[in-house]
Amino acid sequence: MTSYKHDDNSVVVIIGSGAGGGTLANELCQQGVKVVLLEAGKRQSIGTFINDEWAAFSQLTWNDKRTTSGSWRVARDFPNLPAWICKTVGGTTTHWAGASLRFQEHEFRARSVYGGLAGANLLDWPLTLQELEPYYARAEDKMGVTRTNDIPGLPGNNNFKVFYNGATKIGYGATTGRMAINSQPRANRASCQQFGFCFQGCKTGAKWSTLYTEIPAAEETGRLELREGCHVARIEHDAAGKATGVVYFDANGKEQRQKARVVCVAGNAIETPRLLLMSASAKFPDGLANSSGQVGRNYMRHTTGSVYATFEQPVHMYRGTTMAGIVQDEAHLDTKRGFVGGYELETLSLGLPFMAAFLDPGGWGKGFAEAMDNYVNMAGLWIVGEDMPQESNRITLHATEKDQWGLPVPDVHYDDHPNDIAMRKHAYRQSTALYEAVGAKKVYEVPPYPSTHNLGTCRMSARPRDGVVNKWGQTHDVPNLFISDGSQYTTGATENPTLTIVTLAIRQAEYIARQMKSRSL
Amino acid sequence: MSEHPVSLGALAQPRVSRRAFLKGSGLLVGTLWASSSVLLALAPSPSWALELKSLDQASATALLQFCRRIFPHDKLDDAVYALVVKELDEAAAKSAETRTLLTEGVAGLNRAAGGNWAAALVEKKDAVTASLAGTPFFRKVQGTAVVALYNNELAFAHFGYEGNAFQHGGGYLMRGFNDLKWLPNPTVQASPAAFGV
Repeated sequence: MTSYKHDDNSVVVIIGSGAGGGTLANELCQQGVKVVLLEAGKRQSIGTFINDEWAAFSQLTWNDKRTTSGSWRVARDFPNLPAWICKTVGGTTTHWAGASLRFQEHEFRARSVYGGLAGANLLDWPLTLQELEPYYARAEDKMGVTRTNDIPGLPGNNNFKVFYNGATKIGYGATTGRMAINSQPRANRASCQQFGFCFQGCKTGAKWSTLYTEIPAAEETGRLELREGCHVARIEHDAAGKATGVVYFDANGKEQRQKARVVCVAGNAIETPRLLLMSASAKFPDGLANSSGQVGRNYMRHTTGSVYATFEQPVHMYRGTTMAGIVQDEAHLDTKRGFVGGYELETLSLGLPFMAAFLDPGGWGKGFAEAMDNYVNMAGLWIVGEDMPQESNRITLHATEKDQWGLPVPDVHYDDHPNDIAMRKHAYRQSTALYEAVGAKKVYEVPPYPSTHNLGTCRMSARPRDGVVNKWGQTHDVPNLFISDGSQYTTGATENPTLTIVTLAIRQAEYIARQMKSRSL
Repeated sequence: MSEHPVSLGALAQPRVSRRAFLKGSGLLVGTLWASSSVLLALAPSPSWALELKSLDQASATALLQFCRRIFPHDKLDDAVYALVVKELDEAAAKSAETRTLLTEGVAGLNRAAGGNWAAALVEKKDAVTASLAGTPFFRKVQGTAVVALYNNELAFAHFGYEGNAFQHGGGYLMRGFNDLKWLPNPTVQASPAAFGV
């Protein structure tokens, strides 16, 4: 087992082992870089994953206290659970559904293409699709994305059959989409056995997760030291304003200080800005790397919602891949619909316990019971679309509430933008039409779940004055401090974010290794 | 949210302690309905008993009836609702505050029903339940029930959810993930054949 000394200041410290951090760790190790990977959660495996929604939720979810504010319904129904993301080795790649879509070209130029939308803090990415394409290709190959690299699509399950027929009837095209789930054995991982517990950790490893791909590959190089159960409290810097290392609580709750040559933060879009804000100092009074004032702001969560429909006959939607089917007919830009941006429709199912929890949080009575009575005859889909960045949607440090380490808990504030509301309404209407076209008895418009896509809180910008990081994810203010997760997102785009996070991490690793070699870092 | 694990067998065997029997209270008992065939197939015995840790029998019965009106599944056996009462009773045993909330809530149910909530007509019960929506007592029972009622193998069997696939025969690849017959199959392009099938 590789082990580095706490005072070894030649290592790159990466905080978080999910899509961004786990990928970055492996890519750096492959290029000869020494990496200490700090992960707040514990290491599970496909052997310890549990096919049980509540038990797996307890095993994998980031359950440290958080608070919410704003007018979003999550703040009312789940006041201490703004996000449904993970605290475990592999991060949220243990829980994600696997949808792997590239951005559309225009989505990198949201400000230029959508124009100045009142209340929206839109900005163009300092990147183009063309620049990212080679890295997208590497990410798809690494993750084994179906329908790329000659990998066949997944077979559709019962939920897909309903979705497909409804979509076809209303003039959409539906297919099983690009999924980072093996449709055939590949890269020493098995093919999907259709368990239907993708969210609970894949029991066959068919679904890509850094837990059993990137991290062991990095360990094999002998250059990675993964420290699990380590919660970072702050990043430290020297008088010149360069990051010098991190202070963290180890698995025994003991405070430790790890020196570093470079620090990369990939704690997801709530913990990442929280850590920068907690690292405020005399030199950086508003938080580390926050001269723009944008750290924690522009929090995006995608415009989401679900639609479930009941039918005369059985569906058993929970059998097989949790997600896989996709309709992309509304993903393009067409302002005639009354909103900018687009959305995807993706098949989704919940087991009986989570259906009860999420169908209509706080709901009860005959209507609720009737929906549950028809669980077997239910089909479902998820809406995921671009939401507008707003400065006031933000992560802040709570004034009084503290976590188990005595650190201020993050508050997550979110209000829907009128564009988000218009898009969700449109998506609900289209989804309802889709299911009614195949004989739905009753259609349920289900509100957004706690956020699984958390983005934008350290956004990328060409200019230091209106963004936190440059096109490499390097903070404008602290040259050896990088942001390596979805916090970098300048705008949210329509697509599920993991593929782009992995793509950016591959590209960032090349940049960091190059800069280290030339002694620029 | 938190996990409230509930397992089959929590109620299935009437194991009444001598102490509880002598006390003559603190026990919720029942027999699975003849119509609950899927549950009868699962349970080791048609009789069930819940030994109460904190609540008395009358309160437990009232709470069970209250759960039945919050989540009114007319065909769902009392035994499954009793799993919610079990959770509430355990919460009451752990917290005096919760115990007070529940016992005062039950007193309120009886008052609103004109004396005896458990014996009131369904219409009356529904009206009382609706009048309490949003109160801390209602929210406590609803919040407990929405997890406990639907997170157990009796409920899975009743509602037709197959639960833990890994324990019960593995993935659905060879056992029905795409067995839906009442709609046409998608094209091969939209839904390619499964590997190895």
